[in-house]
Amino acid sequence: MSKMSTKPVSKGGQLLSSILHHQLIIPIAALLLLTVFNLIADPSFFRITLGTNSAGHPVLSGYLITIIDYGSELAILAIGMTLVTAASGGQDISVGAGIAISGSVLLRVLCGTESRPETLQAPIIVAFLVCVVVAMIFGAFNGALVAYFKIQPMVATLILFTAGRSIAAWINNNELPIVSDETFSFFGGYIPGIPIPTPFFIALICFVITWAVLKFTTLGLYVQSVGINEKTSRLNGLNPEMIKFITYVLLGLCVAVCGLIKVSRLSTINYSVIAKDIEMDAILAVALGGNALSGGKFNMGASILGAYVIQFLTTTLYKFDVQSDALSAYKAVVVILLVVLSAPVVREKLSSLLKLATSRLRSAKSPT
Amino acid sequence: MQENSVLELRGIYKSFPGVKALQNVDFTLRRGEIHALMGENGAGKSTLIKVLTGVYPKDGGTIHVKDKGSVVFHSPQEAQNAGISTVYQEISLCPNLSVAENMYIGRGEKQLLSWKKMNADAGKVLESLGINVKPTQQLASCSIAVQQMVAIARAVDMDCSVLILDEPTSSLDESEVAKLFKLMRQLKERGVGIIFVTHFLDQVYEVCDRITVLRDSKLVGEYSIQELPRVQLVSKMLGKELDDMADIKNSAPESKNNKDEIVYEAANLCSSEGIRPFDFHIRSGEVNGFTGLLGSGRSESVRAIFGADKVTSGEVKVKGRSVKIRKPLDAMKNGIAYLPEDRKRDGIVGDLSVKDNIILALQVKNGFFKPFSKKKAIEFAEKYIEMLDVKTASVNTPIKSLSGGNQQKVILGRWLLTEPDYLILDEPTRGIDVGTKVDIQKLVLKLASEGMSVTFISSETDEMLRTCSRLIVMRDGKQVGELTGEQLTQTTVMNTIAGGSAK
Repeated sequence: MSKMSTKPVSKGGQLLSSILHHQLIIPIAALLLLTVFNLIADPSFFRITLGTNSAGHPVLSGYLITIIDYGSELAILAIGMTLVTAASGGQDISVGAGIAISGSVLLRVLCGTESRPETLQAPIIVAFLVCVVVAMIFGAFNGALVAYFKIQPMVATLILFTAGRSIAAWINNNELPIVSDETFSFFGGYIPGIPIPTPFFIALICFVITWAVLKFTTLGLYVQSVGINEKTSRLNGLNPEMIKFITYVLLGLCVAVCGLIKVSRLSTINYSVIAKDIEMDAILAVALGGNALSGGKFNMGASILGAYVIQFLTTTLYKFDVQSDALSAYKAVVVILLVVLSAPVVREKLSSLLKLATSRLRSAKSPT
Repeated sequence: MQENSVLELRGIYKSFPGVKALQNVDFTLRRGEIHALMGENGAGKSTLIKVLTGVYPKDGGTIHVKDKGSVVFHSPQEAQNAGISTVYQEISLCPNLSVAENMYIGRGEKQLLSWKKMNADAGKVLESLGINVKPTQQLASCSIAVQQMVAIARAVDMDCSVLILDEPTSSLDESEVAKLFKLMRQLKERGVGIIFVTHFLDQVYEVCDRITVLRDSKLVGEYSIQELPRVQLVSKMLGKELDDMADIKNSAPESKNNKDEIVYEAANLCSSEGIRPFDFHIRSGEVNGFTGLLGSGRSESVRAIFGADKVTSGEVKVKGRSVKIRKPLDAMKNGIAYLPEDRKRDGIVGDLSVKDNIILALQVKNGFFKPFSKKKAIEFAEKYIEMLDVKTASVNTPIKSLSGGNQQKVILGRWLLTEPDYLILDEPTRGIDVGTKVDIQKLVLKLASEGMSVTFISSETDEMLRTCSRLIVMRDGKQVGELTGEQLTQTTVMNTIAGGSAK
């Protein structure tokens, strides 16, 4: 009897400890924490209403929709940032500036030389492809500095971080072109008849592509291997420089997609403000996903979830009328908490405490 | 506690998920003795050391330190404060600091220090121990042996009563080992108890007073050196009568007929790593070796063959076909595999699982767009885990949590999985216990009998004599001789290495 009863318990305990050690636990715990907080503070946070927008199409609105909407941009960036982090053990801080550049290129191709054209000067798809190519070239620039010139990622990308927004402004001669074509606004807004924001669908497409790439190629193994031990990777036939380089180019691709969404939201651009500080949120998403910022192993799903959790946090803070200037300070406090909680030392301690608690519980139960 | 003992461990238990690493282990260290801790890979030596020094918390048992009573260490720092110092195989000093700085860093005795005094103090300690190095010299410019001695000097200067040396000799050559032993004997005179972890039996019998043997996480026994002859020690470590060493020698195929196909041939091969251009060939089913002192260029030669360093010249033919081998992938595609000398730096991908480490090379060879399915990968991994008898909790265990010998087997499995025609093994048995060594030697001979060509490099000449049918002798980056058949004796090899003049 006792044998039969102890077995499931120990199995349960094992399951619990394996859950505790799973990487996804961090973003999920953070998500639960935020959810509970909002439920207590103001359950209306979770209300979603169906209304119509100015064009008369049905749209869903509510804080959750905002999270899905803006979190999607971040999640797309987090995909690229995760790869870059894993392979090179550093982060690209120029993604915000990169978004400004790719957005500017997009507008330049769409509007040509006029700043307010009546009709589009080029199909959106062409403009997007040009913007993808440009963003990947800038990604390649960062990648070359990091992989071939062995410059620390933060330092290498500091160049574009500093210069990127000026380059973006220069592309359009410092003008702010406005796109009047309605279809262009679909990418950052709503497609008529569909009440869910389009960025979410764009993100879904990106997730599926990422999943397929990780499933049907060896990118994941190569990136992790290079991130953990470059010398071994080389001796096993890999080209570590090339792999690092590629991750930066892929991040460039993600940046281009984000640029499209960002510019589409406004139908124009503001060089100094667009995607400001987004690099920090993207890096945080990777960290919150439990991925080591020093590179090596990664979990893409955790990063993506991390991105939405960061947006959840931002939206929660907005909801409680935190001034946008003060936002980062509040965010920092929450981030400190999360990161400390997710540190291996703390987790080890927590799981041993839990083990103690369960064993006490079991011994308390056994006499009955 | 016994009267003259400085350290007593009683009934130590420690387990990791899925593995019982130590079960009821006792260990006693007396004042002024050198005590060898022996056992196969995974027997629990490292774990015992780590429990003793507070790296791992123990699950059960007691640790008594002289004058301190029963203690629990939570960190190596605490152990150090109680007089227990450790010098690891991989030197954990700061290479970019000076010798004196390394000796005093992190000891936190004073906030302010006088550099002059520090250098003078360090100089005194070094001199008293007969270590010939200037305190102001940068550590990186010293040889590994000197670095190790500096680490020991640091430990000694911290008034340690227990000094743990975890495989200190594995990267030293003979004269360096002799210096280290001299230092150890000096410390013994001073009453320091030394725990010496090594795989070299010769060294144990040269310097130790007492041996404690572990096997399969359990204590086998404690013996004084006189009462335990070598053969018995080995059989105690293995838990069985040792297959007679002569056994493999006999089964070694006589140097093969030279009519077999030449698998690999290089002319005028040279790399950027300071070796002279050399010619080399190997036939199928042949086992050859590169020998020479450390730094003679034996590793650099095989690295040039594999394209691991920058190849600067040479013509290479694989099976008679001219090929270009400029990078490892070229070599892999031509059926060459290379097990590197430095396992930790060049061999393992630490955080990745055993499974991923096994499939890595074949996966890279297979190509970017053809990943193995999870099922296939597990199948591969399990096959080689079984074949090489790798001790691991599961295929998903990170390789870094395996013991050194098991890591080596995983890397060996990785290359066997690529089914190479030509396998290069650079020090495959370094830091590995006797049993596994014999296994690897046997495996090499078996592979050769199946037609694989193998290059085998080892610091232990007898091991090479046992396995190789042809030895290439190197000195100062240059091939100075090639020995076959009758010439394959310890004396000839030594003479050729030394200069060949002494006949």
